[in-house]
Amino acid sequence: MIVQVEEKGSVVVIVVKEERLDAHNSSELKAQMLNLFEEGKTNLVVDLETVRFVDSSGLGSLVSGFKNASARNGNLKLCSLQPQVKSMFELTRLHRVFEIFTTKDEALASFG
Amino acid sequence: MEERLEVDIRVPNQTRYLSLIGKIGEDIARTLKRYQGDREELAYHINLVLTEAMANAIRHANEGNPDKELQITIQIENNQLHIRVYDEGEGFDFASVPTPEFKYLDEHGRGVYIIRALMDSVTYRRDKKGHVLEMIKSLN
Repeated sequence: MIVQVEEKGSVVVIVVKEERLDAHNSSELKAQMLNLFEEGKTNLVVDLETVRFVDSSGLGSLVSGFKNASARNGNLKLCSLQPQVKSMFELTRLHRVFEIFTTKDEALASFG
Repeated sequence: MEERLEVDIRVPNQTRYLSLIGKIGEDIARTLKRYQGDREELAYHINLVLTEAMANAIRHANEGNPDKELQITIQIENNQLHIRVYDEGEGFDFASVPTPEFKYLDEHGRGVYIIRALMDSVTYRRDKKGHVLEMIKSLN
């Protein structure tokens, strides 16, 4: 899986550079987030701008990251969701769990 | 004239093929001549149920064995979409998979819920080499 990691102050942005986040590659995103938690990072933004397809495993990897961030008093927020991807969060009610922003800048600003 | 189509594909029991099969499903949605609904939404949903059904078969039914095989058929007939995913495993108790408790934030357990939510009929039964998950959706 290709991801780009950008540090913006105390927040780390993970830009997923894949068209699909699915059962084939979602464990790699999960591992990437675990590495960041082990380094002491607790506030993450996952940028899904290039992702046009996400399945239940992809959602599961984001739930894993969200729970890990919350357990460390941090947060995991999402940005730049394509409409079909956003509809997956609605179908599984996860839009009530994650803070979802239109742009990366808005997500970063929300950490204050 | 009634639209009829059948695609029959066999792939190794590996998640690397999810994308290929999902894309074939999407392209079939785009070629339907008479479908009146949101074609891009249908394309995404076919991609999704194929991906979920195959991932379940690869991991649970075929127990991750890369030497096993999956067979997938996608059929359009009588204005219905039939998708069948055949595994070579002992199967799992599909009927007892519960609707996820959304408030508990489990990492797993949404795949079967998604399939049931998007398709009109879902059955899982024994077949020659293993089991078959059959998913039907009306295209009216």
